[in-house]
Amino acid sequence: MATSATLRAHSPPGARSFFKRLTSGDEIARLVTTLFASLILLLTLGIVWELWIHSALARQKFGFSFLTSTLWNPVTDQFGALPFIYGTVITSVLALLIAVPLGVGAAIFLAELAPPRISSSFTFFIELLAAVPSVIYGLLAIFTLVPLMRDSIGPFLKARLGLLPIFSGPIFGVGYLTAGMILAIMTLPFIISISRDSLLEVPTEQREAALALGATRWESTWHVVVPYARLGIFGSIFLGLARALGETMAVTMVIGNDPSIHASLLAPGYTIAAIIANEFAEATGDLYLQSLVALALVLFVLTIVINALARLLIIATTRRGSSQA
Amino acid sequence: MTLRNRWRKILSYLMLGLTGVCAVVAVVMLFLILGYLVFNGWRSVDWDFVTKLPKPPGEVGGGMGNAIVGSLQIVLLAALIGLPVGFLAGVYLAEYGGHTFAFLVRYMADLLNGIPSIVIGIFAWTVVVVPLHHFSALAGGMALAVMLIPITARSTEQFLVSVPQTLREGALALGASQWKAIATVVVPAAYRGIATGMILGVARIAGETAPLLFTSLNNQFWSAGFSQPTASLPVMIFTYATSPYQDWHRQAWAAGMVLLTLVLIANVAARLILSRGISVQR
Repeated sequence: MATSATLRAHSPPGARSFFKRLTSGDEIARLVTTLFASLILLLTLGIVWELWIHSALARQKFGFSFLTSTLWNPVTDQFGALPFIYGTVITSVLALLIAVPLGVGAAIFLAELAPPRISSSFTFFIELLAAVPSVIYGLLAIFTLVPLMRDSIGPFLKARLGLLPIFSGPIFGVGYLTAGMILAIMTLPFIISISRDSLLEVPTEQREAALALGATRWESTWHVVVPYARLGIFGSIFLGLARALGETMAVTMVIGNDPSIHASLLAPGYTIAAIIANEFAEATGDLYLQSLVALALVLFVLTIVINALARLLIIATTRRGSSQA
Repeated sequence: MTLRNRWRKILSYLMLGLTGVCAVVAVVMLFLILGYLVFNGWRSVDWDFVTKLPKPPGEVGGGMGNAIVGSLQIVLLAALIGLPVGFLAGVYLAEYGGHTFAFLVRYMADLLNGIPSIVIGIFAWTVVVVPLHHFSALAGGMALAVMLIPITARSTEQFLVSVPQTLREGALALGASQWKAIATVVVPAAYRGIATGMILGVARIAGETAPLLFTSLNNQFWSAGFSQPTASLPVMIFTYATSPYQDWHRQAWAAGMVLLTLVLIANVAARLILSRGISVQR
């Protein structure tokens, strides 16, 4: 300690003093760990860089019309991203529509009502489910959800709501709705576990104050506790959304692989991640490959924006929580 | 007024009951799904599956011995690269980190963690497969390592930060230099937590499929080394489940069961290690 401090105080700046300082173990340790920490920065920037230069051809040829064109034809070298962006967004939104009410409801139950023992064992189980690989969810979806959609849920929706364009057309079992459902199941553990954590962060005094003012249990939960934890809950939803947008395997296995836009949710479609997974290894020709990389770039930007928002929200909640605790 | 109050009470019970229903539905649904996997997988696993090579499409029998070994190879490589890098970065964040740079690294690590795994696969393809002109286990291992680094860094940091400041001060007061205090006092005090984070990280990347699709690709035979295309369990599940063959479906269930068992064992083990370690950390 003492030597490194004196060295730091007395040595003039310059390359020689830099190496001299390295004789102290502390400086070496700091340098080595700093290098490895910078590696994380470099990796992230490296990913952006590689995606950027490897999509140059597609970006030059199509420009921004890449984002709005609906044509995807490798034979004639015509590539447009819109069907995939549409599929990605629509499946993720469907997933959130199913998962958010269910997940937040379950989180409220686990944080506010359930006895600690039940709450912790449910949470343990749910967190284990977050660790199940996505390809396994895909495997299950192919052999359970797809037949179920084809034989019961799909015909049911069509019979009752078939007048709406979103439930019309032939039923294949695979499609937007099936992908949305498996995504909902996959994002559920994240939404439950993070929402529960942020609900538990709410100080007990808040609940007691509401109850003391004569609120019922539900009123105290809904009007006081949930708004207090709302940033964390929003964060969990955004995190779930980012997962759903980038989720590859499970969606690839049930989306139906049809590169066009359909109004019907029962129709097969395609997502960005799914087309990359299916076609990248077999893509021939530079423009084809680079168009797929350009799709990856679009997906990257989409998830980065959502993720950045989610992290900021979660940081904001924990800051506020700790300052008031 | 009483009517209103009664209504408020009914509403309260109703809505709270609904949240309970949500929890039960979520858990039952998830439980059913996994139960179905175990039910199907259990019937399909046999000795041949673990030891034999895959048969050509349409033929009955054979196994995924090569994919199990291949997965181990790729994950081992990823762990050898990702764990040390992530660990040291985590030490920086917890012990040396300044204000701005550490915040930046932390934020970038979280973003890196959130990048879709298929994009990481493309990254590994551009930096390993393209220069070497070859799909290889090496490329797959690199892709998984890129995913493992931020996970390990953040969990290491988290557990190092939870070590009481007094332990560090005690070591420094006894004359240890800062790095010695970290290496001999702080890290050992948090080692259970760090190990848990590492196990969870490895378990997470072991199930990743998307980054392997066009890095390590696939292989019908035993892997001939790290520079060759290599079969892995997740990719095999994908290929077999989407194939039209009945016997391949059976084997996909078996592979899913094996993969899930490995991942869940790692998760439960990690949590057990951590729950025993709490007394040490306090």
